[in-house]
Amino acid sequence: MKIGTPKEIFEGENRVAMTPDSALQLQKLGYDCAIESGAGAAAGFSDALYEAAGVQIIKTAAALWKEVDIVAKVRQPDATELKRLSKGKTLISFFNPAGNEEGMAAAKSKGANVIAMEMVPRISRAQKMDALSSMANIAGYRAVIEAGNNFGRFFTGQVTAAGKVPPAKVLIVGAGVAGLAAIGTSTSLGAITYAFDVRPEVAEQVESMGAEFVYLDFEEEQQDGAATGGYASVSSPEFRAAQLAKFRELAPEMDIVITTALIPNREAPELWTEDMVAAMKPGSVIVDLAAEKGGNCKLTVKDEKIVTENGVTIIGYTDFPSRMAAQASTLYATNIRHMMTDLTPEKDGQINHNMEDDVIRGATVTFEGDITFPPPPPKVQAIAAKSKEKPKELTPEEKRANEVAAFKAQTKNQVTLLTVGGLLLLLVGLVAPASFMQHFIVFVLAVFVGFQVIWNVSHSLHTPLMAVTNAISSIIILGALMQIGSGSFLVILLAGLSVFMAGINIFGGFLVTRRMLAMFQKS
Amino acid sequence: MEFGFTTAAYVVAAVLFILSLGGLSGQESAKRAVWYGIAGMALAVFATLIGPGAGLWLLSLILIAAGGIIGTYVAKRVQMTEMPQLVAAMHSLVGLAAVFVGYNAHFELGNVLSMTEEARHGLEGFAALLAHKTPIEQNILRVELFLGVFIGAVTFTGSVVAYGKLAGKVTSAATKLPGGHMLNAGAAALSLICLIWYFNSGGFLPLLIMTLAAFFIGYHLIMGIGGADMPVVVSMLNSYSGWAAAAIGFSLGNDLLIVVGALVGSSGAILSYIMCKAMNRSFISVILGGFGGTTGPAMEVEGEQIAIDAEGVAAALNDADSVVIIPGYGMAVAQAQQSVSELTRKLRAKGKNVRFAIHPVAGRLPGHMNVLLAEAKVPYDIVLEMDEINEDFPDTDVAIVIGSNDIVNPAAQEDPNSPIAGMPVLECWKAKQVFVSKRGQGTGYSGIENPLFYKENTRMFYGDAKQSLDKLLPMID
Repeated sequence: MKIGTPKEIFEGENRVAMTPDSALQLQKLGYDCAIESGAGAAAGFSDALYEAAGVQIIKTAAALWKEVDIVAKVRQPDATELKRLSKGKTLISFFNPAGNEEGMAAAKSKGANVIAMEMVPRISRAQKMDALSSMANIAGYRAVIEAGNNFGRFFTGQVTAAGKVPPAKVLIVGAGVAGLAAIGTSTSLGAITYAFDVRPEVAEQVESMGAEFVYLDFEEEQQDGAATGGYASVSSPEFRAAQLAKFRELAPEMDIVITTALIPNREAPELWTEDMVAAMKPGSVIVDLAAEKGGNCKLTVKDEKIVTENGVTIIGYTDFPSRMAAQASTLYATNIRHMMTDLTPEKDGQINHNMEDDVIRGATVTFEGDITFPPPPPKVQAIAAKSKEKPKELTPEEKRANEVAAFKAQTKNQVTLLTVGGLLLLLVGLVAPASFMQHFIVFVLAVFVGFQVIWNVSHSLHTPLMAVTNAISSIIILGALMQIGSGSFLVILLAGLSVFMAGINIFGGFLVTRRMLAMFQKS
Repeated sequence: MEFGFTTAAYVVAAVLFILSLGGLSGQESAKRAVWYGIAGMALAVFATLIGPGAGLWLLSLILIAAGGIIGTYVAKRVQMTEMPQLVAAMHSLVGLAAVFVGYNAHFELGNVLSMTEEARHGLEGFAALLAHKTPIEQNILRVELFLGVFIGAVTFTGSVVAYGKLAGKVTSAATKLPGGHMLNAGAAALSLICLIWYFNSGGFLPLLIMTLAAFFIGYHLIMGIGGADMPVVVSMLNSYSGWAAAAIGFSLGNDLLIVVGALVGSSGAILSYIMCKAMNRSFISVILGGFGGTTGPAMEVEGEQIAIDAEGVAAALNDADSVVIIPGYGMAVAQAQQSVSELTRKLRAKGKNVRFAIHPVAGRLPGHMNVLLAEAKVPYDIVLEMDEINEDFPDTDVAIVIGSNDIVNPAAQEDPNSPIAGMPVLECWKAKQVFVSKRGQGTGYSGIENPLFYKENTRMFYGDAKQSLDKLLPMID
């Protein structure tokens, strides 16, 4: 089958759904690849590069849509593009199925199969094709860079000959993929970074990225993020009040605020109110990554950069991934390629649209003339629900009690063992003659010494220990040497053999031990 | 003067042997400890040769020298990966020697008893010792030598089978004859009957039948134990060879034999105990074969095994600051220790913190991995035990698992229904990234799935460990 990518027709869209690299990988799956002339130009991939990767260049979009069996693109297709679909064709793209009834109806009437990249379920197995995450990652990174571009100071604090520069303070609201990427970028630029999220379980992730998690003084059982597929959900009014109060407290200190709070299928919640903007210092920057859904700040103007009266810059761009088209295209094309890998289990260049597969089923919005949106919930839960019970801190008294109890148990153990052992010895002593008891005492003492000594042997020397015990267990040679002087031929023969074998053992055992020990070297 | 001198020499030798074992508590003192052992042995042999009862000096010395030449040759030639086989083979020699010495004691006893009263007075050495025994003491002696021969015989065939398994000459899978442990129990019962018979008759036949039964037990018992349980088996045989020497020491009335036998026996017993504890299994369950029963269905393993190539591993290693390498038997099989050492050297040269994590039962012999790494010139102070390093995994950038499986299985902690639940494991999955070098997708010795391979931060680096590492080496810069 042939897979093709047309040029994006959306104004200002620079990304492309196939790169020369991904085309090579797709060819390994058995597909032929085609691309519309100039489709990759805006992302920095020239037609020549595609050609070198064995991709067929097709002059016009119409011809490409006609020729290929699978169309991979980035933006939601418009009406013209949808008209070009036909029965049996597969379209892989962002589709926004929740807000695109007409699109789905059009695809359904054409009989085409549509896979919507934003519908890939959030389970571990599907992470490699989760385009939302890879785009959010870019958006988070770019948000910090955009903020820096509009911020008149350093991120990192410096003490220079020309004076001291305080570090910038950055607040990141919402620690999803974009938020975490922003935290990483911001901390690595040297800013003091704070982060907030309604899901307390992400605090650990935030702290691992080097930011400080902003905790609220609020007692409420938070909903587990795992129940909603790892996304945030609507919070209670009380919680919201506490949250806004905290933000109000932070607002005057912050130099840069990046808001990324989104709730699936809803307008973005207002988190950064006008009075907070007013409280900020002049020159501060707000980047609102939720601008597309109305913005976390009501002053945000979608796709524009504005400066408020008190000199705060608010950036409302929605095309961050497109602004980094080369990177975004590489990641998106890889997501598409992974999706194709899952669709082509046999690697024979034929699509096997397996609707039993959780990931494929979840992402498919129209299939063989039916609308299959919304999908049933995936069989595998998004994030393993972790209810970590912290081990209870023991009070000093309890610890002491435990220690005393352990000591008592140990004493009891030892006393019992000693009593039993002593009684057994007495019993043996009652029946056995004195000559036996003499040897027996030696034996018991030797076992005791052995146990005391061997416990101290270092674990790394267990092999030498075995070799050396091997050598010294050849002490049996003494027995043979004592017997070899006997008159009987048979005894001499057996004793001789024993001496011989023990001789092998003594020399072999000691020498090999020495060889091993000589190898242990300190660095 | 002779008897007094011999005893004194024995006391010194015993002290030297204890010092020799005690010295193994540290790598540096161990180098001295071997010399104590050698001196002790030399002293003991010398004292016995000039002591009472010994004769045929020349023959003895020639035999010792001949054995010594073979022993030296073997010790110089053996590969460190072959250590388990060598140790097992040496155990078998001790076992067989114990059987022979036990037989001799029996023959001597027969000789002495058949002599007349006058003739007995002319005896010296071991025979004289026997001659002075009361009938009760003679009976005790019979029991002792019977025990010595029994343990020696079990040790002999057991060690031969263990050698075969470790050397790959016998299948390392657990195989049992039809009848299973009933056969062993039968043979043991037969031996017990022979003991009573021997006790009453004093004839050679019961001794011989018992020896054959013991040979069978040794063979069949060890045949029924799989390859990865060999650390326990080898330490157990080590222990047996000691007890056999001790039992023979009782029958010969030789205190040095008793002391050394007891030392070796307890050493082997402790090693077995440590190994069993590291597998969270009882000694009985290891010896009788099979894992503890499961108490319910195993946890579902979800996700997939994601493969990675050498470039990916190299990139991660180049970025990492701290690396922990977890070697297992697979490294020994692939003879990859030199490549591992080279990788370690390169990474350390770049200022990275590289350490090794050794599980007590990694490999086929207690401490096997330490010896292999030492041979490849990995400094011992970066080779750590499980308890020393387990806490450090969360701060580790990259953990590399080379040819181990069950000892890094998180199911031991996470799945109470797993057959290995409760076994202490290396918590490598807590590292930021885990690479597993493995030949294929198979399960480990215990035959259970390893959820580690399906974790999000785990990547599978398929292929022969040595070849994979050699491919990786030039990419580390």
